[in-house]
Amino acid sequence: MKRISFVSALALSLAANASFAQTEITFWHAMGGALGDTVNQIATDFNASQDDYQITPVFKGTYEEALTAGIAAFRAGEQPNILQVFDAGAATVIGAKGATVPVQDLLIDNGVDFDIEDYISGVRYFYADSEGKMIGMPFNSSSPIMYFNENALEEAGVEAPKTWEEFENTTAPALVEAGYIPLSQSHSPWIFVENFFSRHNLPFATNNNGYDGADTEILVNSDEIKMHWSNVKEWLDEGYYNWYGASWDDNQTPFEEGKVAIWLGSSGSFGGLMAKDLPFEFSATYLPYWEAITTEPTQTFIGGASLFAMSGKSDEENAATAAFFQYLTSPEVQYMWHRETGYVPITEAAYEMAKEDGHYDRFPAAEVGIQQLSLPAGENTAGYRMGFYVQIRDVMNREFGRILTDETSVEDAFATIETEANDLLSRFAMTQQ
Amino acid sequence: MKRAGFSTRWLPIMLLLPQLLIIVIFFYWPAWHAVRSSFFLQDPFGFGETFVGLKNYASLFKSSAYMRSAWFTLFFVVLVTFFSLAIALLFAVKADKVLRGAKTYRTLLMWVYAVAPPVAGVLGVIMFDQSWGPATEFFALLGYDFRLGVNYYDTAFAMVVVSVWKQLPVNFIFFLSGLQSIPRSVREAALIDNRSASSRFWDITFPLLAPTGFFLLITNITYAMFDTFGVIDVLVRGEPGNNPLTLVYKVYVDGFRGNDLGGSSAQSVVLMVLVLAMTVFQFRMVERRIHYT
Repeated sequence: MKRISFVSALALSLAANASFAQTEITFWHAMGGALGDTVNQIATDFNASQDDYQITPVFKGTYEEALTAGIAAFRAGEQPNILQVFDAGAATVIGAKGATVPVQDLLIDNGVDFDIEDYISGVRYFYADSEGKMIGMPFNSSSPIMYFNENALEEAGVEAPKTWEEFENTTAPALVEAGYIPLSQSHSPWIFVENFFSRHNLPFATNNNGYDGADTEILVNSDEIKMHWSNVKEWLDEGYYNWYGASWDDNQTPFEEGKVAIWLGSSGSFGGLMAKDLPFEFSATYLPYWEAITTEPTQTFIGGASLFAMSGKSDEENAATAAFFQYLTSPEVQYMWHRETGYVPITEAAYEMAKEDGHYDRFPAAEVGIQQLSLPAGENTAGYRMGFYVQIRDVMNREFGRILTDETSVEDAFATIETEANDLLSRFAMTQQ
Repeated sequence: MKRAGFSTRWLPIMLLLPQLLIIVIFFYWPAWHAVRSSFFLQDPFGFGETFVGLKNYASLFKSSAYMRSAWFTLFFVVLVTFFSLAIALLFAVKADKVLRGAKTYRTLLMWVYAVAPPVAGVLGVIMFDQSWGPATEFFALLGYDFRLGVNYYDTAFAMVVVSVWKQLPVNFIFFLSGLQSIPRSVREAALIDNRSASSRFWDITFPLLAPTGFFLLITNITYAMFDTFGVIDVLVRGEPGNNPLTLVYKVYVDGFRGNDLGGSSAQSVVLMVLVLAMTVFQFRMVERRIHYT
């Protein structure tokens, strides 16, 4: 389409067909299935809400595929206006200064009121730079929470465990007795590493978890997490835990089938679980912590993804992007997104709206994610920023698989993860020069 | 005999030009880029790059994951090539003897050829599914807990089975036509000399099949190394985890999933050298010893 100036576009829109004058923008995302339907709904509603802009969402596959597609398109000069990038890709896209227009600048330049304090504390700084400027808009933010089969717990006569000690000594043996596999979880690097560090307020990497520089080293080879994983392996051997491979769904399915009583997943899984009409009652609560490590557990990191405004676009198109972001962060849209999917409402206002509407009286489990993100913060809980993090997660997944299939020991696995991750980090630092 | 030729110089050049252009644009140019970027570490978005010399190669060969993947690829190629050739040869020999309904048998055996590698992978996922896969249930009957995506060797087994199954029809077609091109007179002469069917096969039929066999050997090695990508991609279901990965799949994982362009380019250069060595081997060693009729 021909680029036409905003003024002449306005003039034309008076004279001719309204759709001709609209500024068209594209939005590449990785939201499949029911999530994708909700994204399409939001886009349709946005297009219907005004006449100046037209947004087209395009599903690009998994998070990894969407990021790679966005990078390839950027290098070819064909980038979309908005690209959804997941937590593990944050360092890549934020490190490439000039690839994106910081969301905070974009909104302010286009006359949108922006106050970072409007966002809930857990999501505020994850996609920010070291000065605290928001670079990516934390569109779909989730948190790892503990889902449980209420019928199973009742049968076994136990409550959802608050600590891992309670799980190990009370919950798991009772659930085994009642004929259940007590525990599964869907994302070892996210739930059993990253959020292990934030839940216990332990430093995950040097340089303020990687925010303050590229010469970061990971602090993953620590006694606390090795203690955790030694226990996880013991749970596996005793039948307290089962591992169904590195893929998300393989670990969620046995919970849905009622074989596994407790499943650690994403708060963003809530909508999907509700829609499935499971043959049992389920609820959710906070991720457990180790009392042996801390008695004051802190909030978790967010997972999910954020939206980046790609650079190299005209002012009109950037104005359209800003308008879409404004629409997206409005309490009504955020509440709708939260209600349909289970992702947390990212602004205080949307959270208030959900409360007032009685959403949490109807579905108490829907509030767990945001409550957990609003727990007391610590100096290590804002997030982490590490390059080549997709590969670092792959290294973790590989070594955890090897621990759980008796191919390696916890001690060796974490030494390997530390070496390979630091190697990747120093390689990434060299790409940034 | 008079040599056929062009009367003008430019006509053959013009006729060759499109093909040459295609080769240059789609082969040499990307290959050159791969070689070049294997000496750099590059920002994924293309903003900056650092010349690192042979560092990308050095870190490959000291990476235990890469060596593990190289060993897996070796075993995988040997197993897939051996079994897909051996089973296809057996089928071809048996099908060659069938007189009644021969065409039906052959068509049925060739059918699988139409299945695309990713579809073959999906069928593998269904067959070996952890909770309800028929193959998993069969193993459970034998008292073995088969776990795709959990146990390294189980996953490798599934990859080999699906890849062999997918390749059988191609080999079958070639072996069958190879068998049918052996002159009837040779077989009849052999029948008078030797009553044992198996020694007739090994002494007469097998050597005469050698040209077909060696051609298939090379194509099967190439298949196992490169074309099984789709099968592996589907069987690992998006998470490499602790699953076995072939070298080609690792290029994809590190380059397109991990955005490490330098490291991934170094890996593809290693593969290029490997293919080059294989080609030289094929022409120098093998083709000289095999007599095509």
